Amino acid sequence: MSQTVTPTPADLNGSKVLPNPGNTPVSTFNVNEFIQETLALTRRLFIQLQRRPSTLIAGIIQPVMWLVLFGALFQNMPQGLFGTSQNYGQFLAAGVIVFTAFSGALNAGLPVMFDREFGFLNRLLVAPLASRFSIVLASAIFIATMSLVQTAVIIAMSAVLGAGLPAPIGLGLVVAIVVVLVLGVTALSLGLAFALPGHIELIAVIFVSSLPLLFASTALAPLSFMPTWLQVVASLNPLSYAIEPIRYIYTHPNWLLGSVVMHTPFGTVTMAIALLILVGFSTAGLLAIRPLLKRSFA
Amino acid sequence: MALAVFIEKLQKRYGSVEAVKDVSLQIEPAQIFGLLGPNGAGKTTVLRCLCTLATPDAGKLAVSGVSVLDNPKLARQKLGYVAQEVALDKVLTGRELLQLQSAIYHLPRGTAQQQIEKAIALLGLQDWADKKTGTYSGGLKKRLDLAAGLLHQPDVLVLDEPTVGLDIESRLIVWDFLRQLQQNGTTVLITSHYLEEVDALADRVAIIDQGTVIASGTPSELKDRVGGDRVTLRIREFTPPSEAENARAMLQALPFVQDVIINSAQGNSLNLVVIPQSEALMTIQQALKQAGLPTFGISQSRPSLDDVYLAATGKTLMDAEIAAASQRDPKAERKQNMR
Repeated sequence: MSQTVTPTPADLNGSKVLPNPGNTPVSTFNVNEFIQETLALTRRLFIQLQRRPSTLIAGIIQPVMWLVLFGALFQNMPQGLFGTSQNYGQFLAAGVIVFTAFSGALNAGLPVMFDREFGFLNRLLVAPLASRFSIVLASAIFIATMSLVQTAVIIAMSAVLGAGLPAPIGLGLVVAIVVVLVLGVTALSLGLAFALPGHIELIAVIFVSSLPLLFASTALAPLSFMPTWLQVVASLNPLSYAIEPIRYIYTHPNWLLGSVVMHTPFGTVTMAIALLILVGFSTAGLLAIRPLLKRSFA
Repeated sequence: MALAVFIEKLQKRYGSVEAVKDVSLQIEPAQIFGLLGPNGAGKTTVLRCLCTLATPDAGKLAVSGVSVLDNPKLARQKLGYVAQEVALDKVLTGRELLQLQSAIYHLPRGTAQQQIEKAIALLGLQDWADKKTGTYSGGLKKRLDLAAGLLHQPDVLVLDEPTVGLDIESRLIVWDFLRQLQQNGTTVLITSHYLEEVDALADRVAIIDQGTVIASGTPSELKDRVGGDRVTLRIREFTPPSEAENARAMLQALPFVQDVIINSAQGNSLNLVVIPQSEALMTIQQALKQAGLPTFGISQSRPSLDDVYLAATGKTLMDAEIAAASQRDPKAERKQNMR
């Protein structure tokens, strides 16, 4: 009696059973594989941090210095000068939170660039990764965690310096804003790490872009202080759309999504619109690097 | 059964440089295959195309019957690649690196642990596995890199110059290890510009020069094809040129001597190509005695792979190395290898 033999999954995996597997591209995305490789790559970054904690230590000292030293510069400013903020320290807190997260994310490309230069990236590229996006995601998870630790320290330090503490929902939104900003900037930085020829060029780009983005934002002074042209620039700067909502949360315990947080030369911006612009920026960042990643990862 | 590696008419250029012009290779399973050639011959580029790190301009590549270009992910699964430059994360321990490696090849936890222990034992890394790779010597780094390359039990292990810069002990460990792998059915593709290495290890060899395969076969076949035995003769430790010239003319007249070359780099020693025969050395020595010349040293050997290279290209591998070294642009090459 003849019998139809159905190949078991084990048979299908054996290369001898498939007559010519080379002609049928298998492009099934395996979620478990993706999680496994992302976790492993993230673990590597955290082991590095654990054995070389200097980046985290410096990353905490720096914003604290901003708060203490830069905050002291304008400590004796007349009340009411900085909008509704009670003191410059409170005004500055939002700026330091955002700028710290931003600089951390901007540097995210550096380790990837060194991996490229030392050939470690090749080790990942010859492996059958479920998706090479896991390399990006691992960096983003790591940088976001670092930023949240820094944010927590800044918020605590600001509270000690008299800036007050937002309510839990407000804090939740601050965390969300930091994470969204970090995702977008990390993506751009990784994009640069794959587009630029070497770490010297990457450092140069980071160097020339970070300070102008700080000064041409509302981190250190409100829009109303600025000449019109700078107001225009600052209103185009995505950092402002992260700073102003956080600042508003600090000074208005009863904030609403409809509350007006910014008066730009183009019109008033509510909390909801500012958040939308921020999400839009990060999404654009993530989408912008996709063709770049595809090309580098051909 | 499918060929372990199939490469047909591979071409790859970087800008104006034709790194690989025309390379075709067929490698049977469970063989050690040596790709021999001077630096800059295109060996690494062939491997980079095979391992999906570079996209070829033309040609076909397959690993165990899987097309590298159509199905890169499956091909990567079947390949293990150990690059020439060892790239380890110096902050991680050896074991942590192997754990990372097993995760990016998606080994299940239990299997990964077993494979890691096996690989550590196989390469004698027991004492070092839990130390940071930054503290490793060059030989240890290479051994760890090899361990990483075979964790997922690839069909084909691709090694780019696995023993360059290694101490003798590490080199012998690597050789033993490659032979063991082969016995377990793994196909090994190595590049080398060390003749002895390929001669000692490889079942089959392809000699590649300026992006083209100029000869291929078993080492023995290649040597037979060149034909003749080699006799190296030193009349004195440092023979005067005139004396060497006289001896050359005289030896050339012997019926079994095909060619005589004076090697000025070796104190004017004479390199003879002779038709293999048992009395060759005695006859040569007698001829010298009759001419009143002493014999400082004389030896006979089969042709080496260097002679094969010499016959095919008209230059020795050493000369090709030196010529290539002056033409290479290390900076541009580093850029090529960056992804």
